[in-house]
Amino acid sequence: MSSTVLSPSAKASPSSPEGERKTFLNADYGWKSWLFTVDHKRIAVLYLISIMVFFLIGGTFALLMRAELLTAKGDLFEAETYNKLFTMHGVVMIFFFLVPSIPAVLGNFLVPIMVGTKDLAFPKINLLSWYIYIVGGAATLFVAITGGIDTGWTFYAPYSSTYANTNVAGTAVAVFITGFSSILTGLNFIVTIHKMRAPGMTWFRMPLFLWAQYATSLIMVLGTPVLAITIVLLGLERVFHIGIFDPALGGDPVLFQHLFWFYSHPAVYIMILPGMGVISEIIACFSKKRMFGYHFIAFSSLAIAIFGFVVWGHHMFVSGQSAYASFVFSFLTMLVAIPSAVKVFNWTATLYKGQVSLETPMLYALGFIGLFTIGGLTGVFLAVMGLDRHVHDTYFVVAHFHYVMVGGMVMAFMGGMHFWWSKMFGRKYPEWIAQFSSVVVFVGFNFTFFPQFLLGYMGMPRRYHQYNAEFEVLNVLSSAGASILGTGFLMTICYFIWSLKWGQVAERNPWGAKGLEWERAPSPPPTFNFEDGERIVVTEDAYAYTHEEPHGGSLQEARK
Amino acid sequence: MSDHAHSTVGLAHHFDDLEQQKESGTLGMWAFLITEVLFFGGLFGAYAVYRSSYPDAFMRASAQLDVNLGGINTIVLIVSSLTMALAVYAAQKGSKGGIIAGLVGTWVFGAAFLVVKYFEYKHKWEHHLIPGPNFLFPDAHGVGQHGTPEQLYFALYFAMTGMHAFHMIIGLVILVWMMKKARRGDFTVHNYALVENFGLYWHFVDIVWIFLFPLLYLIGAHSGTPGAPH
Repeated sequence: MSSTVLSPSAKASPSSPEGERKTFLNADYGWKSWLFTVDHKRIAVLYLISIMVFFLIGGTFALLMRAELLTAKGDLFEAETYNKLFTMHGVVMIFFFLVPSIPAVLGNFLVPIMVGTKDLAFPKINLLSWYIYIVGGAATLFVAITGGIDTGWTFYAPYSSTYANTNVAGTAVAVFITGFSSILTGLNFIVTIHKMRAPGMTWFRMPLFLWAQYATSLIMVLGTPVLAITIVLLGLERVFHIGIFDPALGGDPVLFQHLFWFYSHPAVYIMILPGMGVISEIIACFSKKRMFGYHFIAFSSLAIAIFGFVVWGHHMFVSGQSAYASFVFSFLTMLVAIPSAVKVFNWTATLYKGQVSLETPMLYALGFIGLFTIGGLTGVFLAVMGLDRHVHDTYFVVAHFHYVMVGGMVMAFMGGMHFWWSKMFGRKYPEWIAQFSSVVVFVGFNFTFFPQFLLGYMGMPRRYHQYNAEFEVLNVLSSAGASILGTGFLMTICYFIWSLKWGQVAERNPWGAKGLEWERAPSPPPTFNFEDGERIVVTEDAYAYTHEEPHGGSLQEARK
Repeated sequence: MSDHAHSTVGLAHHFDDLEQQKESGTLGMWAFLITEVLFFGGLFGAYAVYRSSYPDAFMRASAQLDVNLGGINTIVLIVSSLTMALAVYAAQKGSKGGIIAGLVGTWVFGAAFLVVKYFEYKHKWEHHLIPGPNFLFPDAHGVGQHGTPEQLYFALYFAMTGMHAFHMIIGLVILVWMMKKARRGDFTVHNYALVENFGLYWHFVDIVWIFLFPLLYLIGAHSGTPGAPH
């Protein structure tokens, strides 16, 4: 039924004469219609604009750091300024870019469409989450302008609670507030996926993007409150000096680390799982094949979410926690490699004998698979207690998590933005230049972060503004790479903005992709996502690509 | 069911029917309560760590609390949960007066709890038991000491009961709003999910106190330490 309804409207969809068909973009004009909207798609656009602002701010901090590290001597910034730079880079990029990036932008836009409904379960709460995010973001910017913070994004006590002379309390308030935006988004997704699926959209017909969003939402809902209370305790300690993390008063700073990482390690999976969901969509579409091992990928998302909660102690191998605890945490950490590898193997198996085409989203997806594999495998190195002791607090760790966060999540975000750009705004980005800049980003990324593995293994510690002369060559490479990477991102932002006005008008399904958002919703979708009165009934599995074997059929078919 | 399906008063635009809307609201509230469990869980975790580190100090500090006031407050809160449950029952029966009576009762007992809590806090203030530079805890000779492990107990006491009281205050504000809605007749036999979901919230706040009371008030009740308010 789904495919029969589609064919007449797909071609006759009146998307060509502009201004006629009502879409969510032209349904209403004026700033009020945006700032008081409860349409999940408009909120996604609001989030997109705001996270890009924070991405540029966080990226500027990063480029300033790389400029300082161009030479071994500390000649550009004071040590204190450098401390503020890496702290602000971490705080902005993690809490204001990576955590909301895919869930709040692509998730907000796609979850209701993919489940086949008009909106998220709680549209007003969705808008509230954006306002909370903006208030938290404004507080962070205020801190940045009035002197910054120098504790590192981890806010370790007792330095943060007792000794730091920067605005710890302000940053704590900002992070505390922003956490609620993430909780509300997660809550909305969970309820929407449970209760609002269209008839026929069973759990195992859901696109894997939804499974990934669901697993991410579980982490947001279960982890973020613990960060909130930790930050409250830190703030109380900082303002009233109640002793809770101060060893001089009987408190235990290691307790802060436990509480902090109980959220912040699962949060690492908030910063990769949604990306994995995007990659699943892209790989299936550009291989024109059913997903290999659909159930395994779906459950591996949940497995990562669950394992993510029991591995936080691997951040604390040198904190003085019990050796037996470290042993257990080390073992559990290695287990995370299993569901991660399940995904990588299934993606590559999907590529096998697929009709692979290399448009920009696919280039990012292939880049993701390689870079995430490197990031993930070096994570297993770090789970080994002996090796971790050697490279702890060195650039090896920095390189590892940037391979996952940037090589993984940012690549997936870029891939997803290219994949769904025409759906979101009804215009196509210029394909050739996009392919070129995806290569620029890939090259720039590897030049920036691969040398850091070597630096860390050689013993260069992180978080210093000067270093021994022997490390200079690799640091120059890294800084040069950062400038290439930054150029790649700027190019992308430029042609995306350009395409809003001058891009080719997109048809409903330019990629020939499967899924409700492509087959049933126009580009861009109307306010209630589907054509008026059209009732979504799902009758087939996700990724029902009818794959013709390119070389005359498989062996089994030949034998028949 | 057909009766339900035809009733669309109070149905938001994006739901198919009231049934779906109600189920979504309920699931959303349960998910929210899980975040609350983890929020308080951080505090209970910190309590467990420090109580196992300083069991004696925790008993001595706990003996400074007034078990009688804590006990009265426990009863007050349980009664407020009862009136809340009666409000939900009245909503199911479609009794407007019953809903309002239940909500008002809940508000009164909730406010009474906070009044008692105010006098308890005031007592702590007068006896230098607020953590910080002015904290003094009497040692074996009755001389006040700064920065003892008992301060950790009181830091947790104020953080935990303070967070709990904060949730009560939010609950009282929502109660007033719901009374207005009830008077307007917004709740019907088909559409009373709000009353039910707020009931879940109120019971949750109650249950948090059921854990706080023994952990904070009762652990020192038999220590026989001088200064225990018997």
